[in-house]
Amino acid sequence: MSLPITLTINGAEHRIALDDPRVTLLDLLRERLDLPGTKKGCDRGQCGACTILLDGRRVNSCLALAISHDGAEITTIEGLSQGEELHPLQAAFVAHDAFQCGFCTPGQIMSALGLIQEGQAGTDPERVREGMSGNLCRCGAYRGITEAVVEAQEKLGQAGRKEAA
Amino acid sequence: MNRFDYLRPASIAEAIAAAAQPGSAYLASGTNLLDLMKGDVVRPARLVDLGGLPGLDRIELLPDGGARIGARVRNADLAYHPEFSRRFPAVAEALLSGASAQLRNAATVGGNLLQRTRCAYFYDPASACNKRAPGAGCDARGGENRLHAVLGWSERCIATHPSDFCVPLAALGAVVEIEGQAGRREVPLEEFHLLPGETPERESVLAPGELVVALRLPAEAARFAAHARYVKLRERTSYAFAVVSAAAGLRIEQGVIAEARLALGGVAAKPWRARAAEAALAGARPDAASFRRAAEAALAEATPSGDNEFKIELARRIAARALALAAIGTPERLPALPASPFAPVPGAPLHG
Ligand SMILES: Cc1cc2nc3c(=O)[nH]c(=O)nc-3n(C[C@H](O)[C@H](O)[C@H](O)COP(=O)(O)OP(=O)(O)OC[C@H]3O[C@@H](n4cnc5c(N)ncnc54)[C@H](O)[C@@H]3O)c2cc1C
Ligand code: SF4
Ligand code: FES
Ligand code: FES
Repeated sequence: MSLPITLTINGAEHRIALDDPRVTLLDLLRERLDLPGTKKGCDRGQCGACTILLDGRRVNSCLALAISHDGAEITTIEGLSQGEELHPLQAAFVAHDAFQCGFCTPGQIMSALGLIQEGQAGTDPERVREGMSGNLCRCGAYRGITEAVVEAQEKLGQAGRKEAA
Repeated sequence: MNRFDYLRPASIAEAIAAAAQPGSAYLASGTNLLDLMKGDVVRPARLVDLGGLPGLDRIELLPDGGARIGARVRNADLAYHPEFSRRFPAVAEALLSGASAQLRNAATVGGNLLQRTRCAYFYDPASACNKRAPGAGCDARGGENRLHAVLGWSERCIATHPSDFCVPLAALGAVVEIEGQAGRREVPLEEFHLLPGETPERESVLAPGELVVALRLPAEAARFAAHARYVKLRERTSYAFAVVSAAAGLRIEQGVIAEARLALGGVAAKPWRARAAEAALAGARPDAASFRRAAEAALAEATPSGDNEFKIELARRIAARALALAAIGTPERLPALPASPFAPVPGAPLHG
């Protein structure tokens, strides 16, 4: 059985022949498309490490079947920097020590990008924390994460809502 | 995860015919179904993906003041719809207190209604569970059951329904629109989920193949908009299921409660509408004594199903808190932590 789908990932079109409908977007990215930046933590929707933008919205890629998303546009952590130039969110994470081991970081950054584009939290740290509560950090870098997201929100401002990606 | 056949029908009739075959399951976004399949808790032979069906993703604000919500509308889109949340603020608050932003971006209205219990023994295929394997027994009895039901449970099953969204829906008299091989029908949300009785494997009124197509909120539900809240007690600040929760709506006229709505979450296998409490509040003054009396009435029939007697008093206090917050008035903007019990009640002691 071959199930053909087309996905646009970080701007590039991929035609993919799935051999099994069980493949999640997470496994497709990591195991078949050589995009291992998106992390597998729990594989069950509980940690946020696998967060990607799917048609512009942050979702857990571990709980999404690839076959259900034929035609979708996906952004992963690999799609953020412009060559050597970090995305403002990436730069803010570095500046604020917003990680230790770094395992949760791609998910944190993709989630923060989704948060900023949703435009519901602004620069209120409490709203940022609540909006980021779907991303767990075993190293407990939450303080730096909140600071980084608030700073990136300030920098990206109104433009961030539309053009951060 | 077991192997399955994947279908993506383009019409509702086709979907219903496929899903009526034994072993089929509807796939909405999959945030609950795929989780259960990964754990081998459920093993459907055929997934019928709702993603290709037309007409299920609209939020319609009806001219009479009510609303009709398609079954595939995403939880986040409903919660952030400005006019919907203005008419039904407790529904928006409940939605935003559930799961995480990522999950709410994916999860659908229909999937939220039909999500399965979070009972740990149901989730563990090595445990005995009457819901998963009828007749096998119930390891939650005599096991870890501090979060289990205190209302409407049976000897067969003491699980709770985990949805936040369904709690204000029950309070506000929402109606579920269903389509099946026998045609269309409507069921009040209050009667949609079944108590376990002798058949805990039957969780809703849906017959095989029946599809939830939409939810309707009646116009009169919008009359509570000025005094409507949801309060949810969790074991951590956010991103956790309810230990107990309550949705409250009041209509206050000349300093007196003209009409009240109250429903509880986390206490039973269905969202629990507390009609006795509503009756006790009609004509009463909106004060702490009335709210406590109503909360007592709401839990009058509660009994522990294990090590969970504490949930009964907790539910009374959360119900009284939701009523007190509703009386103060719906906030202009939802609080940073929706439904949080940490927010102080102005002018009232925190405990008591
Ligand atoms: C980590 C985590 C935390 C969570 N926390 C919360 C929480 O705090 N509060 C809360 O309320 N929920 C919570 N949830 C549950 C979440 O709300 C549900 O997973 C989600 O609403 C299910 O929607 P879905 O579209 O993904 O449904 P699916 O997973 O696709 O489907 C769920 C079930 O509904 C059936 N179904 C779906 N649509 C229809 C339809 N139209 N007609 C008939 N049957 C249908 C499916 O067959 C399946 O059995 C949490 C989930 C996770 C993973
Ligand atoms: S409480 Fe219900 S769901 Fe949990 S183990 Fe018992 S029968 Fe299964
Ligand atoms: S890997 Fe997807 S949420 Fe943990
Ligand atoms: S930096 Fe280690 S888990 Fe977050």
